[in-house]
Amino acid sequence: MNFDVMIEALPDLMGGLWLTLGLVALALVVGFAIALPTALARLSPLAPLRMVAGIYVFFFRGTPLLVQIFLIYYGLSQFEGIRESFLWPVLREPFWCTLIALALNTGAYTAEVFRGGILSVAHNQIEAARAIGMSPATAFRRIIWPQTIRQALPAYGNEMILMVKASSLASTVTLMDITGVARTLAAETYMPIEIYTMAAVIYLALTFAMSQVIHLLEWKMDVTRARA
Amino acid sequence: MTDRIAPPVFDLEGFGHLLFQGTLMTIQLALVSLVFGLAFGLIGATMKLSRYRVLRILAGIYTALIRGIPELMVILFVYYGGVILLNNFAGWLGYDSYIDVSAFAAGVTALSLTFGAYATEIFRGAIHAVPTNQIEAARAIGMSPATIFRRILLPQVWRFALPGLGNTFLIILKETALVSVIGLEELMRKTDMAVGYTKEPFTFFLFAALIYLAMTAFVMMVQQGLERRANRGVAGRALS
Repeated sequence: MNFDVMIEALPDLMGGLWLTLGLVALALVVGFAIALPTALARLSPLAPLRMVAGIYVFFFRGTPLLVQIFLIYYGLSQFEGIRESFLWPVLREPFWCTLIALALNTGAYTAEVFRGGILSVAHNQIEAARAIGMSPATAFRRIIWPQTIRQALPAYGNEMILMVKASSLASTVTLMDITGVARTLAAETYMPIEIYTMAAVIYLALTFAMSQVIHLLEWKMDVTRARA
Repeated sequence: MTDRIAPPVFDLEGFGHLLFQGTLMTIQLALVSLVFGLAFGLIGATMKLSRYRVLRILAGIYTALIRGIPELMVILFVYYGGVILLNNFAGWLGYDSYIDVSAFAAGVTALSLTFGAYATEIFRGAIHAVPTNQIEAARAIGMSPATIFRRILLPQVWRFALPGLGNTFLIILKETALVSVIGLEELMRKTDMAVGYTKEPFTFFLFAALIYLAMTAFVMMVQQGLERRANRGVAGRALS
């Protein structure tokens, strides 16, 4: 092990950390925004809505993320209509394509997590809310959602950590995230063990920090503690 | 020949056989990784439940490392770093010629290490889920430890572990795509080659996606079948 190489690589790898963090944060926000309506659509009484949401979830959970990224980044250029549209400046950028793929991917997984959470809410609570005259929207906001998020938090936290790891695929479309920087450095220095170890340490620190934050959130939302 | 399997909306321009070969390689990679991964998982779970602190700590480090690092990083590390480590080790043993590591071997190593880390936790949970009084009862009627393992523990651990193992295998099946990054000619790599010739990335990547989807659906069906079989005769299932 050449420790000098490891220490020298640190500033460059930290440079990649920002891209990793940016991708993960944006993907989680957009993914969340996709997941909630998708979960509701999956539980909707309207069959077409259920079907569309079901196909979306099945496709994005059933195929590798790498295919999804390539399909968006390389695939969309096949269509002249897209190449000539106003969207092209966005869709030809590896950053936006990766972000779209990550967001759609985590949106599908998170939708299933939320769906499970919504289903776990006792049905008589919803009936009671209706009986005292709450509108469906109010019942969702006040009764269903607080319990859903509490129930879903451990699985959602897991998904957040998986997103950190999934963001490493950005390096396959030339982006310089932590993995992208590490691959370049490893090729330049011929010292893959040192460089990848250092990158792995950064990822471990990141996933560890994230799991601590999730634990804190779970602890804060734990109602049984407040009652005791 | 394989082109005829394709729905008519896809004109694969004679590259169907390429994707078919890639699919076979992907299946091979996933299955071999499953076998080694199950072995790693059993070893890991045994270590975590061991009386010896050192073994428990080692297994803990193994699962924490694998679960905290991106799979792509594990693959890159095993492929580029593994060669160096292996040759240093061989040199230390007095073996001088250069040993090459194939992309397949590196892929299997990385994927089975990943599968093993998740399986370790799954097996540990499943072994814990078997009530201890059953084991005491078995011992009381004079069963040997080996018989207890085979007749009491194994059928129930298998049943408790199946859902988790199935889900983890689905994850590994999708992660085989990452091994294309180190040049293994599995489905992703072959699709990439076809795209290079035809300049039709959307058509071919979408077709590859549908092949993965079909494999996922098949594995899910097998998983359900196995679970139904493992759960046969379990009281409570009739109630639900």
